[in-house]
Formats: sequence, structure tokens, C-alpha cells
Amino acid sequence: MGVLGPKMAFRVLVGCKRVIDYAVKVRVKPDKTGVVTDGVKHSLNPFDEIAIEEAVRLKEKKIATEIVAVSCGPPKCQEVLRTALAMGADRGIHIEVPDEEYASLQPIHVSKILAKLAAQEEASMIIVGKQAIDDDCNQTAQMTAAFLDWPQATFASKIEKTNGDLLVTREVDGGLETIKVKLPAVLSTDLRLNEPRYATLPNIMKAKKKKIDKKKPADLGVDITQHVEVLKVEEPPVRQAGVIIENAEQLVSKLREAGHIQ
Amino acid sequence: MASFISSVKSFRPVLLKLFSLKFGNVHHTRTISALVQLSETHEMLRKTCRDFAQNELKPIAAQIDRDHQYPKEQVRKMGELGLLAIDVPEEDGGTGLDYLAYAIAMEEISRGCASAGVIMSVMNSLYLGPIKKHANPAQKEQFLRPFVGGERVGCFALSEPGNGSDAGAASTMAKDNPDHWLLNGSKAWITNGYEAEGVVLFATTDKALKHKGISAFLVPKPMAGLSVGKKEDKLGIRASSTTTLTFEDCKLPKENILGERGMGFKIAMETLDAGRIGIASQALGIAQASLDCAVDYAGTRQAFGAPIAKLQAIQMTLANMAVALESARLLTWRAASLKDAGKKFTKEAAMAKLAASKAATLLFCSLHLLCHSLIELALIRPSLNV
Repeated sequence: MGVLGPKMAFRVLVGCKRVIDYAVKVRVKPDKTGVVTDGVKHSLNPFDEIAIEEAVRLKEKKIATEIVAVSCGPPKCQEVLRTALAMGADRGIHIEVPDEEYASLQPIHVSKILAKLAAQEEASMIIVGKQAIDDDCNQTAQMTAAFLDWPQATFASKIEKTNGDLLVTREVDGGLETIKVKLPAVLSTDLRLNEPRYATLPNIMKAKKKKIDKKKPADLGVDITQHVEVLKVEEPPVRQAGVIIENAEQLVSKLREAGHIQ
Repeated sequence: MASFISSVKSFRPVLLKLFSLKFGNVHHTRTISALVQLSETHEMLRKTCRDFAQNELKPIAAQIDRDHQYPKEQVRKMGELGLLAIDVPEEDGGTGLDYLAYAIAMEEISRGCASAGVIMSVMNSLYLGPIKKHANPAQKEQFLRPFVGGERVGCFALSEPGNGSDAGAASTMAKDNPDHWLLNGSKAWITNGYEAEGVVLFATTDKALKHKGISAFLVPKPMAGLSVGKKEDKLGIRASSTTTLTFEDCKLPKENILGERGMGFKIAMETLDAGRIGIASQALGIAQASLDCAVDYAGTRQAFGAPIAKLQAIQMTLANMAVALESARLLTWRAASLKDAGKKFTKEAAMAKLAASKAATLLFCSLHLLCHSLIELALIRPSLNV
């Protein structure tokens, strides 16, 4: 790719969400309004970690020129931005959303924010995890692409660049699907895309010097008014013991008894 | 079970309250509160080390221990992560962090594999420690720089067959010849002895001056006149080699003396002070691994119609384990914080090592008691580094 003249900027925006750590045993609050988050270990959403890793690899391949990590939420979100910076992102943007409003922040709000940021930062690519492990929404990438009218390549398990396009292999129900997607585009990562690197200690030290800019949703002209109300959060029903069945005849008679078959 | 875990976690806010009441406003670089709420950097470092230990060390720990196998690949990766030269300045190729970071990192690594922990401790405290402090630029070029990245390890040769605690009676001699030092003698119990490519050696240069007549030297390995004994058949931590080093008319260049002549004992003692923090942290890691195992077992093993964690005797055992571990951890972090603040920490480091070693022993024995059956112990053996 040795071209004379100024290098084209290829800025990658990476969405990073601070979620309850995957290893934590989640408990529902006694008042059933949500789950216990106080004092509970949080970390970077694993799929977003994969997104950061992919962006860093693109930079190492000299495809991307700058990686900007973005996180929306209360001040604690800066933790995940620091993790992203320690993995190799160049700078971070913290979209400040106070605790009360954060409780009702939805993917639609986040996608509007990412869309506005992408325009402001002149991003060539947005990459996010396919879903967050707390809400499992799987909506942000798709909505962001729609707001920007950009192509989308979701559940990516392989990303290659060919001239001005991206060749993305997607994990779909039927197997693998490879699509060609014009840039700029929105991508979402699936588990098998890569294995994120450990943040080395020298990089953790370097991350301390990298910049994190703060913005408010209003600065981007995004309205984050709540429009989904959580009525109740409760644990899934306790799994009942099963019944050991001797043979097929017994199975059929039990099903008939329970009215599942005629 | 969950309520027990949360009651253990409630120790932290209680301690924070106690300390803030007692100490009020403190103006040095790090206050006591740092012991209870780690900085972001330290948390990130802890995560890296924990993930590495969980993914790369824990799965192989039992096998490498059994087979006396040096974890060369893992040591190299640890070097790449910056774990072998944590407090070496960045301009010398190190990570440029502090001793609290080192203590945290040591604990997390040892939690996965105690052998990897001791290799890391010898590198950071015993080998790079004195070199970082006393070596001249030429010596750093030869003995420090090539050793920070994980490709090579070094060792610390103070103990002898005839003296361990009595370090002032070094019988290894360094004769002051016109154009070289002539080394003769034997060193024993040297960790990393087999794999090391650099040795921080302590030998007597002036016998009459007793401990003030000991000097420190830097010896490259392999070296003519230096031979390595067999790996000791230890009861544990077997993936790390422990050997004798024998010097027979070994000729060492004059410029390989580390620090001033006669300063050897002082260098050794101050190095060991720092080393105690590392080894205390290794014990914490072992203790924590035991506690993890015990809590897991107590919550799973059923007796009398419920997990044994419901039984008061088991709860008391777990509570005692947790308190011993947390106390030792705070002592260790305090010693590390004192060192980082540039204050004297000899006594505190010794207290930390004593408390942590006792905690590790208590926890492992408690774990055994909890399981109370050799069959059970055999089943959970792979998850311990035993």
C-alpha cells in the first residue's frame, strides 16, 4: 500500500460498555427493580474487548490509523476506557450520563450518540460487540448503521480489507456467510473473531498518558429521555427436578397425561 | 454461602473506616487507604496477572510441578507482559511501577502457579534488585537489559552448604589477583540455578573483616570454572530449579564487582528485605488458591442433606482462613507501601513474610481438614499446585 502523498486517515470508533463481570453470580435486588451492582465487580463487555482487539490488529496491519474508544455512562465508565487504552486504543471519549439516566439508557440512545460521534470524528469504521452481556440486546450496531445509512456487517468472525471494501465473514444460523461491505461501515464482533491480548504492564503505564475527552449527549444533540420503563426484574424460575423414564412407551404416556399430545 | 462471601467482603469497608478514623489526614504519596482501595493502574495490572495466571499457568501447574519442568514459554510471556522487571525504570527496559504493584502481581501469578511465582520473585527482587541499585552503566548493559524481557533469567547466590541464615560466614572466596578475581567455593539452594544466565554472587574478599569483608559480583553463565549441580528433588515448587553452583578457580574480570568492595553483606541484606515482600506475596497467592478451593468445595460437597458450608465447624474454618489471609495481605501491602514511600521497611517485610507463610500453611492444612478424606484431596489435587 505504498502510496505517495499524505496517508488517508482511517479512524475506527469502538464502542465499550462497562458491564457486570461475566464470572460474577448476579443477584436480583430485594425490591425487584434491577440487579445488585453496588460493590460488584464490573469489567469491559467481552465482545467489546474483542472489538478493541480487532481495531488494534487493524492498526498493526497499517489499515487503521487511529482508534478511538467510546463509552457512555457515569464516571466509572472511564475504567473500561483505560482498559481499551491499555490494549492499544489511541484516545477515549467518555459520554457523561449520570446514574439515574444511565439506568434507562437504551441501545437506541447509544446508537444515536455513536452516529453523531462518527460524523464529528470523521470515522471510517465503527466496531462494537455484537451484544452486551447484561442486556443481550444485540441492537446497537444495527441501529447505528441505520442512523448513518452505512452498511453493516454483524456477528463478524473474520474481517479483511480489500481496496476500498471490507470482506467480512459472519456467523449466521446456517453457518458462515461472507459479504463485501463498502466503507465506511458498522461492524459487530462475534466470539470467534479473535482472542484479546493481555494489557501488558508497560501499556497500562502508557495508557495513563493517553487522553480521555468528556462530552454530554446534549453536546451531540442527542435526547436520552427515557422511553422504556422496567416494571419488574426477577430470577428465572428454579429448575424443577426431572423424571427418569424407562422407555419410549412411558414417555408417550406421560406426555399424554400432561396433555401435550393427543 | 453467598451471605458468607459477602460477610468476608465486608471486612474491607470496616477496615477503611477504622483507618480513616485513626489516621485522618496523611500527606505522603500514598496513604493507608491505598491498602484498601487500589488505584486504577493497580486494578488493571491485577486483572492482567489474574487472567494470565488463570489461562496460562493454572492449567499446566500440576504437570510442570510433577515433572520438574521449567516453564520457559510462560516465563517468556511473563517477560513480555513486563512482569519480570516491575520496578525497573522504563529507560532501562523495565515497567517503571512500584513495589505494591509487584506484590499484587506476585500474588496473582502465584495463585496460578507457585513455581512461576518464585521465578518471578527471584528475577524482580533478588537478581534485578541489586543490579538496578548498584550496577554501573556497562554492567547494566550486560546484566540488566538482556534480562528484562523474559528471554533470560538470573539468580542470587548467597547461601552455601554451610550457611543460610548466617550469611556473614560466606566461605566462597574471591582472591584479588592483578587482572582478575579468582573465585573458589560452593553455593547451595540457588533458585533458577539451572536456567540462569547471570549470577549475583556473594564472596569473601577479606576474611579478617568478617561480614564487612564480603563483596558482590556479577558472573555470566556459562563461565569457565563454574559448574551447576543437579536439580534438588524438592517436595514442591518443583518447576523452578534449585541447584548448587560450584566455583573452581573461576576467573572473573575485575570490572565485574558489584558496588564497592566490602559492601556485599549490606547489598545482600537490603536485597533480601525486598525479596521478603515478593515471597510473602507468593505465599498469599498459594493461600488464596487454597481458600478458593475450600470455598468451592464447601459449597458443593453435600453431607446431611445440605452443602457442608451450612455447618458451623466448616464456617469457622473458612472464617479463620479468610482472616489469616487478609491480615497477611495487609501486612504485605503495608511493607510494600513503606518501601515505595522510601521508608525503612525491614521489620514490616519480615512480619509480612512470617504472617503470609503461616497463613499459607494454615490455609492448606485447613483445606485438607475440610476435605477430610484422601480421596477428596486426590480429586481436587489438580486445582492446587501440589
